[in-house]
Amino acid sequence: MTPAAYVLEYHLVNYRRTWRSSALSTMVLPLLTMLGFGLGVGGYVTTGVDGTAYLDWIVPGLIASTALQTAFGEATWPVLSGFEWVRSYFGQAAAPLRVADVLGGHLAFMMFRVLVSVSAFVLVAAAFGTLRSPWALAVLPLSVLIGFASAAPAMAYTASIPSDSYLAILFRFAVLPMSLFSGVFFPIDSLPDPLLWVAWALPLWHAVDLTRAATLGLNPGLAGLGHLLYLILWCVAGWFLAHWRFQRRLVV
Amino acid sequence: MPSLIHARGLIKRFGDFTAVDGIDVDVQPGEAFGFLGPNGAGKSSTMRMIGCVSPPTDGVLRILDMDPLRDGPRIRARLGVCPQLDNLDVELTVRENLTTYARFFGIPRATARRRADELLDFVQLGERAGSKVEPLSGGMKRRLTIARALVNEPDIVLLDEPTTGLDPQARHLVWERLFRLKQQGVTLVLTTHYMDEAEQLCDRLVVMDGGKIVAEGSPRSLIEQHSTREVVELRFPTEDQGAYASKLDGIGDRTEVLPDRILLYVADGDDALAEVHRRSLSPASALVRRAGLEDVFLHLTGRTLVD
Repeated sequence: MTPAAYVLEYHLVNYRRTWRSSALSTMVLPLLTMLGFGLGVGGYVTTGVDGTAYLDWIVPGLIASTALQTAFGEATWPVLSGFEWVRSYFGQAAAPLRVADVLGGHLAFMMFRVLVSVSAFVLVAAAFGTLRSPWALAVLPLSVLIGFASAAPAMAYTASIPSDSYLAILFRFAVLPMSLFSGVFFPIDSLPDPLLWVAWALPLWHAVDLTRAATLGLNPGLAGLGHLLYLILWCVAGWFLAHWRFQRRLVV
Repeated sequence: MPSLIHARGLIKRFGDFTAVDGIDVDVQPGEAFGFLGPNGAGKSSTMRMIGCVSPPTDGVLRILDMDPLRDGPRIRARLGVCPQLDNLDVELTVRENLTTYARFFGIPRATARRRADELLDFVQLGERAGSKVEPLSGGMKRRLTIARALVNEPDIVLLDEPTTGLDPQARHLVWERLFRLKQQGVTLVLTTHYMDEAEQLCDRLVVMDGGKIVAEGSPRSLIEQHSTREVVELRFPTEDQGAYASKLDGIGDRTEVLPDRILLYVADGDDALAEVHRRSLSPASALVRRAGLEDVFLHLTGRTLVD
């Protein structure tokens, strides 16, 4: 086993102690958003979007957005705690682990958390009959991709700040705009030009578009390949950034 | 046999600030070695370099005859580290803290569980194995951190201020456990600013000040080199103790005037006190005591508070 697997194992043992507190919200949150946005807002959007019922159209967006939210949740407070409060990273750095093991093991655990949240959402969505294609199974690897593409840079950010007041900035100026302007709730075509560029630059829209193609059974075409490559770019850049910031904080 | 820790001209700089300024250290197997010094003397920076989590800026450093820059993980596999600030996992149980940490060393689960139970007995936490860490007292957490540092049966145990912040009972229990380890032949390297801790535990120590080593030896030899055998503490019933200093000329090898008392460093305290009385000086109180490491420490590093 590689040392990073021991770090993953450690996070899973921790999760066994704390999963109950997050389990309820993992199930209830998708249910509430589906009811609120899908049925509530969907009741007004009677024409659907591009010929698709609003609920079916919005579900993949919500799934990708859930993967992103979970990744950001895991890559912020728990990471800062590893440096500042529980200081668990320093204990790990004193053991025969490399920075890449400490980082990789924690990221692997975050991907596990993303998969748990997204699976719950997929189950609820399936129960509502909104998944139109067997391709919907592809949302699991896709959510790991968007999860990694958001968790890695978020970890780099968290590893660079001294206190949690800086995390509010991240949620206000990165997560919230990204959730609003990435085609989760409405097609990005309706955005004015500058915001369109924002949507293209940030990773979420690319994941939303791919996820939507998967649950609706559409062919994403060449644009899909572009989305994949762009998300992988975020993953790779995020990994190197996070590794650099972790190194700076753990090995001084 | 080569030294377990070998440093020559070891330097650590942070920007313009030099935390460790060219120190030479050798620690032999089975030794209990101490870094003694005030806050900011460079003790913790030295410990972090030895722990292979802080690359030296300059100089030679070899741990277990390996290079910390190249063989970090291999060296750390054979070190036990008890950091200054506890970093236990508060959500986990006492036993899980040891078993999960053992896994970082690639120790199989069954072995980890067995070793955790042995170590919890050793640090007298066996009865708390299943409880969470959060409600434990400071002393219990410290003992658990020490147990965690032993989980890989290390060749060297690094202890950064192992008893800072503990009450006297808890400190003595920690010392007793560390002494047992020493008797078992484990090499201990510790930092402290407690003189009694250094005297209790260390076979040999260095006194650090401003990043440099200012003295080295056994506690006994340091006292012999840098202090007299006894100290007489005199308090005069006046605002200005200094006014009496000249009247005490020639009694001690050295006289130190403090705001509230005068210290005479002498070979024989009772003789010196008799001389004080012969000069018709009548201190409000007089105390004769053996010189300790604290006298050496204050003599070498000064009385100015460093914050």
